[in-house]
Order: sequence, then C-alpha cells, then structure tokens
Amino acid sequence: MRRRILPGFGLGLGYTLAYLGLVVLLPLAALAWKASGLGAAELWRLLAAPRTLAALKLSFGGALLAASVNALAGLLVAWVLVRYRFPGRRLFDALIDLPFALPTAVAGIALTTLYAPNGWLGGWLGTFGIKVAYTPLGVLLAMVFVGFPFVVRTLQPVLESLERDVEEAAESLGARRRQVFVRVILPLLLPTLLTGFALALARAVGEYGSVIFIAGNLPSYSEIAPLLIVQKLEQFDYAGAAALGTAMLLASFALLLAVTLLQRWSHRWAEPAR
Amino acid sequence: MKKYPVLFALAAALAATAAAAKDVTLLNVSYDPTRELYRDVNKAFAAQWKAQHGDDVTIEMSHGGSGKQARSVTDGLPADVVTLALAWDIDAIADRGYLPKDWQQRLPQHASPYTSTIVFLVRKGNPKGIRDWPDLIRPGVQVITPNPKTSGGARWNFLAAWGYALKRPGGDEAKARAYVHELFRHVPVLDTGARGATNTFVQRGVGDVLLAWENEALLAQQELGKDSFEIVAPSLSILAEPPVAVVDRNADKHGTRAVAEAYLKFLYSPEGQAIVAKRFYRPRSAEAVQRSAAQFPKVATFTIDEVFGGWRQAQAKFFADGAIFDQIGPGS
Amino acid sequence: MSARRPDLPLRLRRGALVLAAVGFMALFLLLPLAVVFVEALRAGVTAYLASIRQPETLAAIRLTLLVAAIAVPLNLVFGVAAAWLMARFEFRGKALLGAFIDLPFSVSPVVAGLVYVLLFGAQGWFGPWLDAHGVRLVFAVPGLVLATVFVTLPFVARELIPLMQAQGSEEEQAARVLGASGWQMFARVTLPNIRWALLYGVLLCNARAMGEFGAVSVVSGHIRGLTTTMPLEVEMRYNEYDFAGAFAVASLLALLALLTLAVKSLLEWRYGGEIAGRARGGH
Repeated sequence: MRRRILPGFGLGLGYTLAYLGLVVLLPLAALAWKASGLGAAELWRLLAAPRTLAALKLSFGGALLAASVNALAGLLVAWVLVRYRFPGRRLFDALIDLPFALPTAVAGIALTTLYAPNGWLGGWLGTFGIKVAYTPLGVLLAMVFVGFPFVVRTLQPVLESLERDVEEAAESLGARRRQVFVRVILPLLLPTLLTGFALALARAVGEYGSVIFIAGNLPSYSEIAPLLIVQKLEQFDYAGAAALGTAMLLASFALLLAVTLLQRWSHRWAEPAR
Repeated sequence: MKKYPVLFALAAALAATAAAAKDVTLLNVSYDPTRELYRDVNKAFAAQWKAQHGDDVTIEMSHGGSGKQARSVTDGLPADVVTLALAWDIDAIADRGYLPKDWQQRLPQHASPYTSTIVFLVRKGNPKGIRDWPDLIRPGVQVITPNPKTSGGARWNFLAAWGYALKRPGGDEAKARAYVHELFRHVPVLDTGARGATNTFVQRGVGDVLLAWENEALLAQQELGKDSFEIVAPSLSILAEPPVAVVDRNADKHGTRAVAEAYLKFLYSPEGQAIVAKRFYRPRSAEAVQRSAAQFPKVATFTIDEVFGGWRQAQAKFFADGAIFDQIGPGS
Repeated sequence: MSARRPDLPLRLRRGALVLAAVGFMALFLLLPLAVVFVEALRAGVTAYLASIRQPETLAAIRLTLLVAAIAVPLNLVFGVAAAWLMARFEFRGKALLGAFIDLPFSVSPVVAGLVYVLLFGAQGWFGPWLDAHGVRLVFAVPGLVLATVFVTLPFVARELIPLMQAQGSEEEQAARVLGASGWQMFARVTLPNIRWALLYGVLLCNARAMGEFGAVSVVSGHIRGLTTTMPLEVEMRYNEYDFAGAFAVASLLALLALLTLAVKSLLEWRYGGEIAGRARGGH
C-alpha cells in the first residue's frame, strides 16, 4: 500500500546504493582484494604474531573498557543533564559534542599536554605514582574522550521521553529509589545504552590521531593496531596493511553484531517492565 | 591536433606566454627535519635562478616521515625531486621505475650534499653523567628515540648504536646485539618520527637522553633554549648521509628536469653549502667545512657502507618484518 | 544512624550526582579545551594573530572550508535520500543497508585513507588509467574530499532516520492523496518536518569534516599551502616546534567547534519541542 502512495522508492534506492557503492563498498572491496594478495599461511603468520595480537588486544580491550567507562559516565551525565537544573547546565550540555568536533590530533596534543609527567595533571598524578601519558592508561583516556558523546547523546532523548509516572507508580507502591532505578529505569534504558556503547566502541577501536600522541607506542605494550597498519605501509607492505585493516573491520563488525543481538534480548527483557 | 583545434590554439597560446617568462613550479618531497634548511635554500635558489634565467621558480615543499614520503611518491605524489633521510627510501622509489637504480652515482658524494651524525641531547648540567654509548644502558637512564620502523632518523640511531658496539675493542655481532637489545629496554616512549621524539624529550620532559640527528639537536638547542639542554658527542657515531635525487619520470612529465637538476646542484654550490652549515647540517665542500668547524662537536664516524654494506643490506638485516629490530626491539 | 541512610536528604544526594557529572565533564571536556586556548595565547595576542595571518594558515583555512563545502552537501543529499528510503519503505536487505550506512563509523580513519590510495594511487586499481588521462585524485583536493565524505557519511542519515521513523508518513500520504506531486510533497511536508534534525546533522557532519585528521593525512601528500587542511597544519606547526602557532590554529578549530555547538544549542533552545522529537540512535 505504502509503496504505491509514497514516491521516490526507486530514486532513493538507486541513489543510496550508487553512492554507498562508490564511496564505501568499492574502496572496501579494494581493501579486501589487496588483503587477499597474502597467502593463507602468511596471513596466519601476520595475525598470530605476538605483537599483532598484543596490538589488537590493546585496541579492542581498550575500546571495550573505554566504552564501558563511557556507558557509566554517560548514563550519569545524561541523567544529571536531563533531570536536574544547576548553574552551567546549558554550557555543559553544549560541550558534550566537543569530542566530535575537535580534531583528533588537537585532542591528542591537548591530552598529552595535560597528562605528560610535566603536564597540568600529570605532575600531580605522578606524586601518587600514577602514570597516564605513555602508558595503556593514556590510550584508554584518549579512547574515552573520543567516544564520550555517543552514550550521552543517545540516552538524552530517551530519558526525556521516559514517563515519570512509571517511576512514581513504583515509588507509591513502596519501592525504594534504588530499586526503582535498577528494576524500572535501567531495563528501559538498556537498549539505548547498548546503542551508545556500540557506537563508542566502534569509534574507539579505530581511533588513531588522538591516541598516538599520548600512547608512547611501545610494541606489545602501548602500541595500537592502527599504528601497526601505518608501520606496514611505511615498509610498502600494502597487503599486510590491508589484511590488518580487514581483520579489524571484521572484528568490529562482529562486535557490533553481538551488541545488536544483546540489544534485541534486552528489548525483550524490558518489555515486562512497561 | 585536428580534433581539438581550440585546445591546440589554447595550448599554443600558453606555450607562447611560457616562452616569454617561464614560471616553473617544483615539488620537493622531503623528510621532517629539513624544514628550516629548505626554507632558506628555496629562497636563495629562486633568487639565483631568476637572476640567471629571468624565470620565477616556486618550490613547494612536502615534509613527513621519510618512509611515508617515499611511499607517497610511489603512490603518485608528483615530486620533481626527493630529499630524504636515507638512501633506502629513494631505492624503494627507484625499484618502482621512477628513476634509474644508479641514481646515487649521478651526483657527487653518493648524492648526499650534506651529512650529519647521531649525537646525544641531555638535560642541562648532564645530571646522569652521560658521556658515551655505555652510559645509556646504566640502570635508571631513560633513552628517547623514535621507532626505526617509521622514522629514518631512528634507523640511523639504531645503526650508530650497533656500529659502536661492533667496532669497540672486543666487539662482535653477538655483543652488538646484546647492547642494542639492552638499549631498547631503556626506551619508555617510541614516537613515530624524529620531531615527535624531540617534542617528547623537550616539551614533555620525558627521558634523560635523546638520540638525535646532530642538526636536530643543534636546532632544538637553538629554538628551545641553550640553557636547558646540552649536546654530548659520543666517542664513535655513524656518518648519516641524507641523499637527494631528481625523480626522472615526474620531472620529465612536468618538463622541469633542467630546473630540478640545477636545484640539486645548487646544494653543492658555495652558497648552498653555506646555508647547509647555517642550518646545522655538515657541509661537504672543504671550504665550508673549515668555516663551520667550530659549531660542530668532534665525532669520529663510520659510514653505512663500511660497516653494513649499504642501505639495502642494512634494511633487510635489521628493519624488515621479522628482522633483528623485531627480534630485539622493545616488547620483544 | 545507619538505618536513616535511605532517608538521606534528597538534595544532598542530587548534589553529589551533579557534582560527579560536572566533575567528569570538567576533567574530560573543559580541561582539554582550556589547554588549547591557554597554550595558544601563551605568547600573547599579537603573536596569536600573527601566526593565524600567515599565508600557509590562510591557505589551510581556505582548503578546509572548500573541502567541507563539497563534502557536506554531498552527504546531505545522500542522508536525505537514505533516510527517505530507510524510514518510508520496507524492502529486503534493509537491515544490511542500515549496517552499511553505519560502516564508516567503525572503519579506522587510517584505513579510510588507505582505501582511496589503493583505488586511485599510482599503483592502485584506477591509478594507471587516471595517470594516462592526466587526472590526479589522491594527493590533491579530490582525494581530500573523498576521504572526508567517507568519514562523515553516516552523520546526516543517522540523525534523520530515527526522527522520520518516529514521525510516520501520514502527512505525506495525505499530501499525495490530495494530489501533490512527489517533489511538492517533499518540499511542503517532509522538509519542514525534518528541517531542524537536518540542520543538526549538517552541523555535526560539518564539524567532523573540518576536523578530520587521520584519513586526510594519508591522502594529503602534505604539500604546504596546497593540500594541507587545518588539522594537518596543526600537526605541521607542532613538528616545527611552533607550539603557540600549532595551538593557535587548533584554537580556530576549537572556536569553530564551539560556534557549531552554540548554533546547535540556540536551535534546541528556540525549537526545543520540535527537535526533542528526535530520538537519536537506532533502536
């Protein structure tokens, strides 16, 4: 029925497919094709090398951790921004998008300036024996920074539309606030929280510009996978670089898929609470 | 020509104006620490060319890590000349047919109009008492060097350290390997480029000693304060020979070969050599060497050809995937 | 005493929550921003203005604006077409298409640049053909535009799809039934309904387009004054030990970001109801 009334299906589909094909799929096909230039044995040798594994572990592990931090902090920040009125609220609300807009290289340099041993915060933290810049902690910090807006911005509209009467009803039935939050609000928020988590994760996995300034880039310690790709390129090893790029792409795709499945499950979990 | 009369006329008109006053543009693709050098060289060369030929030459610059720059040229960056950190990078361009493989024979002195060496930059007063290579692996000493995989300067650093350990009395391959292995245990940060490493050492205050190009160390001292840093010359180091070459395929396509060749020859001229010395590179000509002797520390040097048999061999032995650096570098 | 804990004054608990959130934001957002401006102005206002007025900086600003001016409209048109398709029609493979639209988010910027080199570089698929016809895409403005388009592709579509799904298509169907042509319906009904979300998406897309570093760095060639955008100029200054200059250019980008955010806040404040209708994120 709809299709007959509303125009533009053919045009929309044609244009979308052509554009996506040219801008996204064709280039990624080139990537996969280049990666296939490596034989299976060589591919395995590359991906199973301890250094590659360490870098992948740091990129994916760090991104998972950063996305988790962002999920918690983002939930807190979104909650406070939506529910409470306090001086400077508008300013902070506007600043949330800063990591989207600030060039990653600038973010990297600024974070390093802050957390280097002689930086504004680095010196102070150093007196407690905490080193941030040039350690995996620095990598984590940069990843938290670039992924931060995703969780807050996905949660905000949902929190705004959340009906307060559900909470009030629960409270009037004698539930404590903490119970209300855990049993009523959290299940409703969970699908959205997972969306934000997935986006923050995807962003952090591939992040390069801000991380290399603060990471220290020691192999098998603070070296991220995109840096390995760059190193392969410096040695004219296009196939190796493309193989690593493809592997990362597939892995993030698998992660995103897992999150989507989790999300479906959480939707079902949220239903009874409605 | 018959098919496109308008285009042909246009081209002819363009050619006519070009004959009157030829505006030539050259693209020089270079590595990171030559920014200041070529800023001066370009100005002087353009003035000279204008005086001699009446044409305006504009020289555009592209700077970056030496390896990345070489790759960009093979990917289509239209460089007329390349002025890179090490011969291997230009070899890689030659391997892909952009210039003949014997490019190093086309200009004097291995096509390196200037040299440098690897020295130590330490903090004022040399608090850790760094005098020579063995001091770098004393407990508690932190060494800053960039990653040899991504930085040309870092490869010179690596080879300087290896060569020292090899050539000192009683040195051999196994001892060199053990020394360099231990040296990288003292590296807390591995930047991707020479400039990044300098920034980490100078701006971030990380590390006790920076392994650096001599020209970079002198420049850093000048730009960032003579009072905060000292240069320590080791007893033995490597003679770094950054090479230059015309990229034949591009220069012929752009019709800029004559200017490009003159540009590189200018580097060997007295004026060029004076600029080279002013920007802290070691000049080649005897006269310029004598005049600038005071500004450079005395260092005994060996060349890459003597100790390692040239860049191709050094690259394959130390820096290729799975080679010695991967075996004994940090994180190994 | 401990039995009274649940009755701890509400205001105190709220205060603690607000404090924690504000503390986090100050640490992660405000402080890095402050660093940029403090470092930029360290050498004084005169030096700041002088370093911005250098010809290379001006060229970088022009190039950044040019690249954004091409890339953003391209993604704007795409975003509208894709959102129309995704929000108004059911068809096979829709979920897959949605995944492909989001794909650029999960591609490392380094890879995003690399793929265009693999396609259009001298050794790439189309490299020799392009070279024979005297066309250069990578290491020139078209390559910068392509890389930027890739990285910012999902922004507009992602902003529009949830909103249009939530709005439903009743008004548009009514317009059609009343005899409006396709374009009339789009101009009179659809566009007014989505304009704020559209603007919002464009603003974010634009901010990201101007700030992109990783992908652009791979395809730029770093020819000063010709193919260096502002983020590359920042890196270049930093590598020349011109820290005040690097942060000065960075502060321009930060100002741009702040301006974007200010416009966006203004929109939300004036048209709060309309935009609040958007539910961001697919769910």
